[in-house]
Order: sequence, then C-alpha cells, then structure tokens
Amino acid sequence: MNPQDLLYSKEHEWIRIAGDIGTVGITDHAQAELGDVIYVELPEAGARVEAGKALGTIESVKAVSEIFSPVSGEIIEVNKDLTGAPETVNTDPYGKAWLVRIRMDKGPATGLMSADQYNAYTAG
Amino acid sequence: MPVEYSGIAKEHTAVRTAAGLFDVSHMGEFEVTGPHALDLIQFITSNDASHLIDGQAQYSALTTSEGAAVDDLIVYRDAHDRFTLVVNAANIDIDLEWIRTHNAAGAQVEDVSDKTGLLALQGPRAAEILQPLTDVPLSRVSSYHFVSGTVLGVNARVSRTGYTGEDGFELYFPASASEKLWTGILKAGGSAGLLPAGLGARNTLRLEAKLLLYGNDLDRTTTLLEAGLGWIVKVDKGDFIGRDALIKQKAEGLRRKLCGFVMLGRDIARDHYPVYVNGAEVSHVTSGSPSITLKQNIGLTYLPVEHAAPGTKLEVSVRGRACEAEVVRTPFYKRKDS
Repeated sequence: MNPQDLLYSKEHEWIRIAGDIGTVGITDHAQAELGDVIYVELPEAGARVEAGKALGTIESVKAVSEIFSPVSGEIIEVNKDLTGAPETVNTDPYGKAWLVRIRMDKGPATGLMSADQYNAYTAG
Repeated sequence: MPVEYSGIAKEHTAVRTAAGLFDVSHMGEFEVTGPHALDLIQFITSNDASHLIDGQAQYSALTTSEGAAVDDLIVYRDAHDRFTLVVNAANIDIDLEWIRTHNAAGAQVEDVSDKTGLLALQGPRAAEILQPLTDVPLSRVSSYHFVSGTVLGVNARVSRTGYTGEDGFELYFPASASEKLWTGILKAGGSAGLLPAGLGARNTLRLEAKLLLYGNDLDRTTTLLEAGLGWIVKVDKGDFIGRDALIKQKAEGLRRKLCGFVMLGRDIARDHYPVYVNGAEVSHVTSGSPSITLKQNIGLTYLPVEHAAPGTKLEVSVRGRACEAEVVRTPFYKRKDS
C-alpha cells in the first residue's frame, strides 16, 4: 500500500517532506511496471533539479525510465547503496530504496497528490 | 503473451537452469501441400528443403530478389507432399501474400495460424517434465526433428526446437486445447522448477544465444549473408528468389556484417542506440539488453567489415554519452552439452 505520509507525482515518484528537505523515491506501482531493476543513475550532491525535469534514470532488464523530480531544489544527498544493490528498488521502494534528498526551494510544492489521490490515479 | 509473469530475470534463469513455458500461439503457421509443395518451398526459401525427411525441420528464410529477408521461418516436413511453415506473427499477412504471389509452382497454401496453438517448453529439464505427459519417446526425437503424438491426451506435434539456446520442445496442437495444455504442463513441471515465461525472457534468452529477431536484427534491408545466415543460403540447390544477388554479394565480399558486442562499463545499450567507431557514427544497435546469464550488457549491430573483428573498440551513445563497447565472438551464450 502507498504510505499515507508521502506525496506522489503523476510520474510515479514519491516525496517525504520534513521541513525544507524532501526525500524522493519511486512508487511501488512504478517498480512493478519496470520489473527487475538493475541500474540506477543519479546526479551528484550539489546538483540543481527542477520540478518535472529528469533527475536520473532507472534501468530494468526490459526498459530504461527517467526519474522526474517532484520538486525544485538542490540535491544534498544521494543513496549510494543503490549502486551495489539496485534491486532494492523492487523490494523496498518506500524504505531502503530512497533515491535522493533535496533541499527544496522556498514556496509550496505543487502538482502533487495525497496517497488516496494517487491510489485512485493508479487504479484507473 | 505478457512481457513477464514473475520477473524477466527469474524466468530467464528458470529456462537456463530448469525450464520455462512460453505461450507463443501468436506465431503463424501455413500448410503447404500438394505434388508441388516442395517446388514452391525451394523457390521461396534460401535453405535446401529437399534434404529433409519426414519428421525433420529446418531454419530458413523467405528471401527478396536482393537476398534480404521477407521473414525467417521454420520449415517442417510432414510428408513429401505436406510441409508446415512457421512464421513470425507480425508477418503472417505479408508472408502469405508473398508466398501466393510467387506460387508459380501451384502448391496449395493454407493459413492455419488461428487454428493452431503453440507452447514452447524450454530448458535442461524440459524433457523430464514432458515425458510423463506424452506418448512420444522424447529420447528418440533429436534436435530439429519432430514426432506427432499426444500430450495430456491432446493430439500434438512434438518438435525439438526453440528460441532460447536451451534444449526444449515446441508443441503444436489445436488452439482449443491451449488452456488445458498450459495449465497441465505448468502443474506437472512445478516441482522441477518450471515457470511460465513471457516475451521479456524470450528476448533476453534468444539474444544471448544470438538467435535473430526479425524486424530488429533482420529485415528487408539486410541480406542473409550480412546477417551471418550464410549457413542457410544453399545456392547449389537450384533457383530461388534472391539467389543471384546472394551469389554476387558473396563473390564481391560483404561490406558490413552483424556483430555482437559487450559494453565495457555498466551502461546498457538498448535497441536503436547509435554506434560509433573512432568518433564516426557507423551503425545502430539492432538488439541490446542486459544479459542475465553473463551479467554483462550485450548487443548486436551491423558493422563495416573493417571494424568487425573481435576486440574492436566501439562506442555506443547511451542517452548522449559515448560508452565503450567491444566486439566479441558470438553466440554470447552456448549451453555446455551442445
């Protein structure tokens, strides 16, 4: 089930917001669609990301998929554990497989969904 | 046929180590019959079907007058005046039109695709799973041979062929029995590690074994010689469509040929990515994927012959980044007992 304390994007990323820091990952729906994840390519800490723009890519056996940033800001931390264990994206998408932490620009994040809204979005 | 059931990697590994079951009923089947059946097949295909005996199959291709491929296919000889051609699903209508247009020999050609079910049981444990379910003595069915019998009481052609690089069988039967055979075989093979397998694993398996995919690695712009299929070009058998062009190309020498490569870094070459040699774009990836068995990223591409030797360094453009690759001998994977 999609955790209630997260916000969700239409491109199937989640973000956990605490103060001005957002932790980003991809949703269970997204990992299921991708299948076996074998490679995660993320930016370096310090990089700037824009809401709705690609921040990295995830490759599964069958396809390559871009990761879109749900918010704008600066990357402050990247999950290095995924380099050696990309399959974590399949097994723990809301936990150990967080991708990046972003120091968000001031102002409210827009265009994101609650868990209930996202459940309805993916049910269709 | 779905892309995957339990995951491409898991299904792929099941086929390499135990067995997988593929529902490939979408493939096309044509029955070619009558006293001139062989004459038609000899004229439209590049391989020599005159050497086949009853119960034998061969890989072949429908050729254009340029020696390129309308399709690749399997020719089954049921009797001297009865053959079955198994063609790619996407080409059923095109092939049928092509064959009828070139049927000066006057054979009967019937499309039986909709009536025919096809399951592929592939993997080192395929025979032990299938044997209790069939009256066909599988130890007497060698590679590229087939026997008609029953499977779970259903009349079926049991053929020792496949598209995975493993031992295995393809079962042809009346389409109405598909559900019964699919369910029954999966149930019987479960304890041996049999898994249902989808299009994703089918692609990674066939690529490791360098079995070509029509539309990617082979099409109407690539001759059989360029595709490395010279072994199914039998110019001594008599006239066939494309024979003159293939003789001429062989005499003049190839300018390019289909080569395998491995990526030297972690980047994955995907279908259609551009390929460079010494900074100049020379080609594109016709098939590219992670290799589950080899844990490397592999692919196929047509290369100018001067850059086709194993060890040649290439660059594949992965989303705009030049990533190193190297030409290697193929197949990428060959099973130990073959």
